[in-house]
Amino acid sequence: MATELTPHAAMSLTEQLPVLQVLVPFMAAPLIVFLGSRGLAWILAFGTSAAAFVIAALLLGQVLDGSVISYHIGGWAPPLGIEYRIDAANAFVLLLVSGISAIVLPYARESVASEIPRRHHTLFYACYMLCLTGLLGVVATGDAFNVFVFLEISSLSTYVLIAQGSHRDKRALTAAYDYLIMGTIGATFFVIGLGMLYMATGTLNMADLADRIADQGANRTVVAAFGFIIVGMGLKAALYPLHLWLPNAYTYAPSVVTSFLAATATKVAIYVLLRFMFSVFQPTFLFEGNTLEFLIIPLAVLAMFAASVIAIFQTDMKRLLAYSSIAQIGYMLLGIGMLSQTGLTAAIVHLFNHGITKAALFMGVGALVFRAGGSFFDRIQGMGKTMPWTSAAIVLGGLSLIGVPGTAGFVSKWYLVQGALEKGWWPVAVLIVASSLLAVIYVWHIVETLYLKTPAKDIAVGEVPNSMLIPIWIMALACIYFGLATDITLGAAQAAAKGLLAGSSGMLH
Amino acid sequence: MADGTTFEYIVGHANYWLFSVLMMTGLYVVVARGNLVKKIVGLNMFQTSVFMLYISTGKITGGTAPIFPTDMKIDPAVVYSNPLPHVLILTAIVVGIATTALGLALIIRIREEYDTIEEDDILAAEKLMAAEDDKLHGESMGGRA
Repeated sequence: MATELTPHAAMSLTEQLPVLQVLVPFMAAPLIVFLGSRGLAWILAFGTSAAAFVIAALLLGQVLDGSVISYHIGGWAPPLGIEYRIDAANAFVLLLVSGISAIVLPYARESVASEIPRRHHTLFYACYMLCLTGLLGVVATGDAFNVFVFLEISSLSTYVLIAQGSHRDKRALTAAYDYLIMGTIGATFFVIGLGMLYMATGTLNMADLADRIADQGANRTVVAAFGFIIVGMGLKAALYPLHLWLPNAYTYAPSVVTSFLAATATKVAIYVLLRFMFSVFQPTFLFEGNTLEFLIIPLAVLAMFAASVIAIFQTDMKRLLAYSSIAQIGYMLLGIGMLSQTGLTAAIVHLFNHGITKAALFMGVGALVFRAGGSFFDRIQGMGKTMPWTSAAIVLGGLSLIGVPGTAGFVSKWYLVQGALEKGWWPVAVLIVASSLLAVIYVWHIVETLYLKTPAKDIAVGEVPNSMLIPIWIMALACIYFGLATDITLGAAQAAAKGLLAGSSGMLH
Repeated sequence: MADGTTFEYIVGHANYWLFSVLMMTGLYVVVARGNLVKKIVGLNMFQTSVFMLYISTGKITGGTAPIFPTDMKIDPAVVYSNPLPHVLILTAIVVGIATTALGLALIIRIREEYDTIEEDDILAAEKLMAAEDDKLHGESMGGRA
């Protein structure tokens, strides 16, 4: 297959970046297990995440101008061989995933030590690396079946990571089990959809799929495949009525796992939805346009309100934030449903901004749990006085969650409202603002609890170690930075949206 | 469609009918059964049905096993089955085994902690725990935990 056109005949390290992005964490996982040393495990995991972040940044630099990197695994040319395909959309998500991982890991050291028994630490980091591999692989690959394989790598390790919360609360086990059942149903639906696509087109390469579907147009097999893929990925992304696994999983998982997953896992699923909706299937197909307009948008709006209202009535801060995540996914889906450059840009920017916001907030809660031993409001009340730095970071994250001007959350919501107005959907624009007001209520609950109540008596006083505090503040400051300097995120998101809207022509070789 | 062709259509798609039946049975078992192990068995059936769907697509009428003769003298008249679905399903089988193993491992841990693997009992136990949380943390907050 490898002809004279084989693009990486010249073998320089830069040209191997797409595969290294996935291979580096993938090799780190078994290495951690073989070395079997607790100290080395963390160092390796952190070094690997940092390396992955550097690779992702280099890749994004290469594709920001709208170009596409096509990497042929083993020199086998696509569509027969497996292709890794990097464009602005997935380089941006790669940067988010690896960046969050690199910032969460320094925080992990103390937090994991306090929440998980020592003998599990080595395997915990190995599992974490596998999860990172899976998430990066899903995003990097250009082969549809490869998406399924990496998805399962990340999902299986996620179930294990969530179950580690059982040392604090045994309900983590049932949460992990429920997620395993629902996640597997979702992944199997996805793979049924891929099977139908393969029947209809005879290929699994995404670019090739896009060409052939565009040629033959819609038929019942393709439509059924679309349905299966949307439902399967919808389960993974916690699309509103399919979100039932999420609140318990986020509440009972160890703080580190929740911070990492909330910022990355659902975002990666959203990315896959984007990729299939825009690159593989064409939005111009009637069935897809109808699905988005009459199914996804109403569900997204419902999520924005229902999940926010539920969040208001929570007395456990972790669970409150979990419900808020479901609501925020509604915003992303709403942006996707607009099918316009502005809407899609808003969805992709929100994907990033919400990722950093939720990472800051969940790490903040983890720090409170580190001192207070629980995330119920009566445990953490008054912590604004005993832990001023952590609490201040949580407030910054909360402001970004609401979308106060000057924070990252504002930028994405601003674009979302603009997208709605462009379409002439002013009621939707009003709904976006109204649901943000619900966010004001639950964020105020947090602020009130932290600052206006007296602390519980039996709580260890004092800030968390710096190794935890600094990552929290990096994320909190990122929420502000990306709210003021919007060139990086908006530039990347606009390039990504343009590439996606170009449809299959954006995927041509 | 004439009667003969309808019959052929139904019989000719036997694999696909079976796929649908197996898939729905598996999904039903996952939803309807309260025993955690039975749920995993249902999940297994559900996944296995997909293996059948894929492998059925690889079969070509009159096709033989897709193995070339060692001397590589390939007779163009010989029709080979499509090997790709088999390879894909090999991967999916591995994923299925991993899922089953992990599910069963979780069930063991759940049994250690809850002393039961019946969903109803677990839900009852968790309801009690939630009520305790409520009492402990909820009252002072004026809300529900």
